[in-house]
Amino acid sequence: MKAMVQVLLILLGVVLAYAGTGLPEFGDPHSPASQHVSNHYIEHAYHDSHTPNIVTVMIADYRSFDTFGETVVVFTAGMACLFILRGLRRRDEEGDPVDHA
Amino acid sequence: MITRKDSVILDVVTRIMVPFIQIFAFYVIFHGHYSPGGGFQGGALLAGSVLLQRIVLGRDRSLPGFPVKWGVPFGVIGVLLFFGTGLLAQVMGGNFLQYDALPFPMDEVWLRNTGILLVEIGVAFAVMGTLIAIFDELSGAGEEA
Repeated sequence: MKAMVQVLLILLGVVLAYAGTGLPEFGDPHSPASQHVSNHYIEHAYHDSHTPNIVTVMIADYRSFDTFGETVVVFTAGMACLFILRGLRRRDEEGDPVDHA
Repeated sequence: MITRKDSVILDVVTRIMVPFIQIFAFYVIFHGHYSPGGGFQGGALLAGSVLLQRIVLGRDRSLPGFPVKWGVPFGVIGVLLFFGTGLLAQVMGGNFLQYDALPFPMDEVWLRNTGILLVEIGVAFAVMGTLIAIFDELSGAGEEA
């Protein structure tokens, strides 16, 4: 079983390495990622919002739905931490045996 | 519970550093239009300035500056500021988060600029409140609050 997993992992690595040879060059202007919306962003970012930092325009304007989701995720994760920690402490105080592992 | 460490050096350095950290945090937030930075980074710096006081100055002298019970409300205010900006644009006839529909007396381009700023401030508040709330909970400062 263990040997089979290792063989599978090696096979997967070979497949990934082979697929990696087909990736576009870093910064290649003809790659699909550089031909779709990014040209529009680079050309229009400043005129759309008077903001020289294209990254800011992208995350807060063109992709603001994403950023809203990120903010909610940060907040929700924090709240989940609070609830878990408070729950653990309450059970400690009540003397329940809690598995802290 | 975190208590005060009796070290003059830490004490003085902290009290000197905290205003500069906070100024730099606001610079990162408000200068995000022109340089790397923005709400997430600025919020983390703001939280860092409060956590530094929590650790070095101790409970008694850091709680008046930022009480434990403010952490979660700050997070809520941040998320609501972001959401409110989007909703305001939608109520005024645009799409959700379509900043050029915001009802401020500016031309469309500056409205988008302002919308980005409002959103970044919301993100900063949310990150700051959440980080401080988690730290207070872990350090036990919230036990009596």
